Amino acid sequence: MGMTMTQKILAKHAGLSSVKAGDLIEADLDLVLGNDITSPVAIKELAKFENKEVFNKDKIALVPDHFVPNKDIKSAEHCKMVREFAKENNITNYFEVGQMGIEHALLPEKGLVVSGDVVIGADSHTCTYGALGAFSTGIGSTDMAAGMATGKAWFKVPEAIKFNLTGELPKWVSGKDVILHIIGMIGVDGALYKSMEFTGPGVATLSIDDRFTIANMAIEAGGKNGIFPVDDVTRAYIAEHSDREPVEYTADDDAEYSAVYDINLSELTPTVSFPHLPENTHTFDSIGDIPINQVVIGSCTNGHIQDMREAAEVMKGRKIADGVRAIIIPATQQIYLQAMEEGLIKTFIEFGAVVSTSTCGPCLGGYMGILAAGERCVSTTNRNFVGRMGHVESEVYLASPAVAAASAVTGKLSQPAELGL
Amino acid sequence: MEAKGYAIKYGDNVDTDVIIPARYLNSSDPAELALHCMEDIDKDFVNKVKKGDIMVGGKNFGCGSSREHAPIAIKASGISCVIAETFARIFYRNSINIGLPIMECPEASREIKEGDEVEVDFDSGIITDKTTGKTYKGQAFPPFMQKIINAEGLINYINAKK
Repeated sequence: MGMTMTQKILAKHAGLSSVKAGDLIEADLDLVLGNDITSPVAIKELAKFENKEVFNKDKIALVPDHFVPNKDIKSAEHCKMVREFAKENNITNYFEVGQMGIEHALLPEKGLVVSGDVVIGADSHTCTYGALGAFSTGIGSTDMAAGMATGKAWFKVPEAIKFNLTGELPKWVSGKDVILHIIGMIGVDGALYKSMEFTGPGVATLSIDDRFTIANMAIEAGGKNGIFPVDDVTRAYIAEHSDREPVEYTADDDAEYSAVYDINLSELTPTVSFPHLPENTHTFDSIGDIPINQVVIGSCTNGHIQDMREAAEVMKGRKIADGVRAIIIPATQQIYLQAMEEGLIKTFIEFGAVVSTSTCGPCLGGYMGILAAGERCVSTTNRNFVGRMGHVESEVYLASPAVAAASAVTGKLSQPAELGL
Repeated sequence: MEAKGYAIKYGDNVDTDVIIPARYLNSSDPAELALHCMEDIDKDFVNKVKKGDIMVGGKNFGCGSSREHAPIAIKASGISCVIAETFARIFYRNSINIGLPIMECPEASREIKEGDEVEVDFDSGIITDKTTGKTYKGQAFPPFMQKIINAEGLINYINAKK
């Protein structure tokens, strides 16, 4: 029986000629990731190992990004612990405020992940790197500690769901709409324990940023990972960002899938997830007047340069609606700089938005845009659970950067078409 | 090994943001995290939970963030076992790794009611609702995971293997 792309990568890293769904394997890791929330717990766990040395100082990435620049004294203590650990262990890939970014945008940008890698990260959105044809998945702090100590992790080889993409996305429809559509279709546990394998002729029409967004939210369908085949778009991105040699894997023709979905990208329209679950999706033919208080454009899901450009294209020459706050967060320093050089930051500021340094802050209700009781936010982030962005009586509507920007113009949940775009 | 206590029941898709809201993640102290466990969906949880109590959830329990603080907070609040129809995969892994007993059992998840007295035998996978007298068979762990649980967590398991 053939193997899926994920199964082939796992087999290779476990030193096996083949694996099948359900096998328990131990795989070699190419990278172990942690942030300022999860690393402190992992560092305390690592101290319990008989061998407290890290397995490879070049294969660990520590990215304080959630509550930095330090939002309070306790966060500062956590960041200090991570900083000192990185120094003591000579960790090559520690990224300080000023050189950092949101981890899942930063690691590919720094060339730390290439096709064929196996990556674990103590952050659920580690699945993002599937966009590059890597196997990557979120784990907790104890797994991170074990990964740092041994360079290995155990996995149950997942079954797969195939998403066969055809057609091409219309203007103002992006990767975010694709993944929200899929989550709406299969539900927040629709891919539980499984890999989501995106394939078909439509893949070639998707930009690398669209692919990052789609793979990023695989976890929101319960997926273990999301993965794209490697093509010229992937090769060009990796060649530009990394000195490492990618390894390309392709699924066997006779690989088994527990389900196959056909999605015609040409038929998709702007999609919004209503509170309080990402599966609660609506399209604009069924959306009435929903006044809003805040817009957030950023996060590991939608803080890429393409997202900044789309938001700016909607905002250019327009003004923010009275009573609305717009917070824009380029995901890395490099993206911030590029947005500045392209004049996007000027557009945002003239529009009436605030532009923040890179942080996960508002996405998880940390800081930099917390909602009060009764407030509504259209956000390009990834979760809209109860209390996710602040008060338990606040509401988060998940959408694309284009929809978020259009909503900031009108003061209600809107798509660009409503502005004549 | 067994767990015994009163059921505290929740619905489907209990996410890690409501188990422990991110505003408290500036701490990694189990006792401090336990003070805020479940507060965004059940403000009364920390007052009513007693040592040994059993949490019962529906589908996809523990979905969302990878924060290990979630099973840590549940364990530190005194909960002796979580029963659910299904668990989100990172929560499932984290619970095994930190030694919080969990068990998948759709029937028990549906039928056990808030306040029922429940007993869970981890070796046999048998869940008994002493209030109704009904018994259920939970899903036993594969031997590999059972070894991690028996070692009381992943770190001890790895240390012992060397």
